Parts: sequence; C-alpha cells; structure tokens
Amino acid sequence: MMRSFIYNIKQGFIQIFRNRGMSLASIFSITAMLLILGMFFVITVNINMFTEAVKQDYDQIEVYLLDGTSEAQAQSIITELKQKEGVIEVKYRTKDEALEIMKERWGESGYLLDSLGENPLPSSLLISVDSLENAGDVAAFAGTFEGVEDIQYYQETVEKLTSITHFLQIAALVIMAFLVIVSVVVVSNTVKLMVLARSKEIEIMKYIGATNWFIRGPFLAEGMIIGLLAAIISTGLIAFLYDKIVELIGKQVMAIVSCPLISVSYLTQNMVVIFLALGMSIGAWGSIVSMRRFLDT
Amino acid sequence: MIRFENVTKTYRSNVGLDDVSVHIEKGDFVFLVGPSGAGKSTFIKLILKEIDVDCGSLMVDGQEVTKLSNREIPTYRRKLGTVFQDFRLQPKKTVFENVAFAMEVIHKTPRQIRKQVPQILSLVGISDKAHKYPDELSAGEQQRVAIARAIVNNPTVLIADEPTGNLDPDTAWEIMDLLDQINLRGTTIVMVTHAKDIVDRMQKRVIAIERGRIVRDEEGMYGFKEVEGHDA
Repeated sequence: MMRSFIYNIKQGFIQIFRNRGMSLASIFSITAMLLILGMFFVITVNINMFTEAVKQDYDQIEVYLLDGTSEAQAQSIITELKQKEGVIEVKYRTKDEALEIMKERWGESGYLLDSLGENPLPSSLLISVDSLENAGDVAAFAGTFEGVEDIQYYQETVEKLTSITHFLQIAALVIMAFLVIVSVVVVSNTVKLMVLARSKEIEIMKYIGATNWFIRGPFLAEGMIIGLLAAIISTGLIAFLYDKIVELIGKQVMAIVSCPLISVSYLTQNMVVIFLALGMSIGAWGSIVSMRRFLDT
Repeated sequence: MIRFENVTKTYRSNVGLDDVSVHIEKGDFVFLVGPSGAGKSTFIKLILKEIDVDCGSLMVDGQEVTKLSNREIPTYRRKLGTVFQDFRLQPKKTVFENVAFAMEVIHKTPRQIRKQVPQILSLVGISDKAHKYPDELSAGEQQRVAIARAIVNNPTVLIADEPTGNLDPDTAWEIMDLLDQINLRGTTIVMVTHAKDIVDRMQKRVIAIERGRIVRDEEGMYGFKEVEGHDA
C-alpha cells in the first residue's frame, strides 16, 4: 500500500518532469483560474466584512424630540422603550451634546457653529437594536410617543447594501462554478494529451496485466501534483499582490469607508486551504475524466 | 491449454473467425499462418481478451475467457506474455527498467526485481545492454528485450505476433532459437508469421487460417505461396 503510494507519487513527478511543456501549460491554466477565483474571493470577503461593519454602525435608531420636551418626559419614554423587544440600550442626547458632536464632525470649520445665537439642534434618543430586522418595529413604536418630532434610521440603506452584497456573492459563486468547470476541462484536455502521448505505454501496461488503478495511479498523482503546484503559486501570487494593494490603498479605504481591508495573513490562511482542495480536486478530476476512455476494456 | 470451440467473431460486415474449433496443448509451439485479413489477428486478440467472441467458447489454462469480467482481465493477462513485430518498448526506460516494469506492474518487490531481471536478461543474451535505452540497440536486441519482458513473469503462454517481421534473416533466426529455448522450458508458444522459410525449417505445428476458417492444422510446412510479407 505504502509502496504503491510512493510509486505513484514518484511516477507522477517523473511524468511531469518528462512532459515539462504540457505540465507547465496545465499548471499555468489552473493557476490562472485560481487567480481569477482569488480575485473574486478577495472582493467578496472584503465586501462581506464591510457590510458587517456597516450593519454594526447603523443598527441605531435616532428619535428626535420636540423642543421643550423635558428630561423627565424623555426618561419616561426611555423606560417604556427599554421594555420593547429587540431594544438593547437607549441613550439620551441633549441639545448641547448634539452640537458638540456636530462641531467635532465639522472639524476645523467647527468655529462657524459658535456664531449661532441659539442651538438649533433637537435633543434626541439613540436606540440600539439587537438586529436590523427589529428596527422597523421599534421605530414605529417610538413614533407613538408624545413629544417625538422625527425618527431616523438606516434600515433601507443597510437593506440595499445587503442586497447588493447578496447579489455579488451569488454572482461570484456562479462565476466560480463556471471557472471550476472550465479548469477541469482544461486539465482533462492536458492530461488527455499526456495520456495520448503515452497511449502505447498504457497499451503495454494492459498487455502485461496492469490493473486499471495501477495505470491510473501515476496520472492521478500527476494531476494532483499539478493542482498542488498551481494552488501554491496562485496563493503566493495573490498574497503578494494583495499585500501590495493593502500597502497602497489600505489607508485611503480606511479613511473613506472607515473599515479596514482584510489582513493578508487572514486571507492567505483561508485561501491556501480552499486553493489546495480546489486545485488538487480539479487535477484529480481532470485526470480521471481523461483516462476513462483508455481504460474501458 | 488453449481451446477454441465453435468460436465465431464477426466485425460489422467482415468475418473475423467463422466457427473455429482448435486445441493447443500445453508446451506446444504453434505457427499461425494465412493471408492478411484471414483472421490471425482476431485469433490472437481473442486470446488476449482485447475483443470478445460473438459465440462459442474459449478456454485458456482452465479459464473460460469469454466469461471474464473486466476486473479479472488484468490477472488473466499475467498468464500471457506478448511479443510484437514493433517491439513496443518504452523509449524513455532503460533495458533493465523495461523488463523491471513488467514486474512492478504485478507488484513484485524491488528485491525480487533486482534478482530476477538480470537472470532473464542473461537468458535472452543482452546482459551487457542492461543500462542502454531502446534506441541505442539494434532491432534484434530490442526484440530480445521485448521477449525478456514477456517471459519475466513466467507466463504459461507466449503470444508472438510476427516477432521476426522487422528483422533481417540472420537476426530472425537468433530470435527463433531463443523462442525455441523458451518453448523447451515448457512455455506454450503461439506465433503469427508470414515467414515461409522459418516455418518450413522449424517443422512445428502449423495452423493455417483463411477467410476466418482453419484450412489446415498439421506439423510441417508453411503451405501458402509467398505472395506477401516476405519477411525474414
């Protein structure tokens, strides 16, 4: 068992080396497929993370109170709101606090707000909900209280973002499936060329009394080694390129969407497993597909 | 050893074999002769289980070949050694590796291989060429390698399909001597040939096939006029 395993691996390497040209072509084609898959992987993973971050940022409902609503009134609304299902926390924000926050956001232009005679901002309640699905209910409930002027929450925005992410994920999956099939076809054609180049050898093996698995073994090993090499190359390439991208635009992305890019090490760890599994099964599958015709005695 | 009973094999429109019955004994040396397309190849391919009979029975070494499942074919073929006109060696393997390969295929240990291969190479007289590649050898030497590979696993039957077809007369005779020796060790030999002078001089059993039927089966001469394949 062990001996035939070593035999197959050894033969696989010998065959790859003897057919350097075709092996390289196969490795290149799987690598190309994996690179494209990798791009989708990188994009999808980052968008996913971004969406998660946005969901966390926007799972708040802001309830603006009418001018002149007393803090006692506000506290009683808070007490009732806290009873509502899905509500985690309710915070009271005074007019002054609201102005402070606005000044901070405006940054250097903040002094402009000082010229205002009277604070035009309303006091408000900030409701944190446990999930976005409850936000609609909670918002409607908050609207029933006296003294509430307006309610703002970002359910629609988040919903749009989520549906875009879903669409992207599905598109990525469809394209991935398509690319996997394409790579299997490419590999099986390359292995088929190798098999054809050695069809005489296979014939000899059959005359000598080799079993189908004995004949298949080296080709299977060959396909899997090719897949393995392609997986290693493409993981390396993507890690390298992604590292450069993070270096180049990581800070800007952070500044614009206030969410960091996925770290290179996290990405690589996950990708290498997926790529190895995918590359090797593409190689093995391609080999088996291309051998079938030659072993039907 | 090999028993055809009412074997018929038809290709789309052509007849391969037509109701053939024949028995080849253990230890026989048989020449299979006849014009091209008469059915010699069909005869050989049926024994090798490359093709199946349409009807009839074919027993080889006590096994009903027609009833073998695909899984059983490899084991069955290990009883047969095959030698071809075009040698069919693996060009990227040395002489030693070519012969060793036949043993690797049936899962012999490296120790057995190291022991057995040199013995066989010396039996066929090419010990000194063990580490050469096929394209460095003469045609006769290549056929010796092919024979070594065919007999290294001690087959009960050796099938030789025009083994002298690509050889000059002197070399052809050397190969015939070798086959004769192998036959003397007890291996049954079935040899397809067009070489009239070889058949005439060897004085072995001759089975003549024409249009899918056995037209003659006796010891002695080639019997056909030399109209084709004047090999050797």
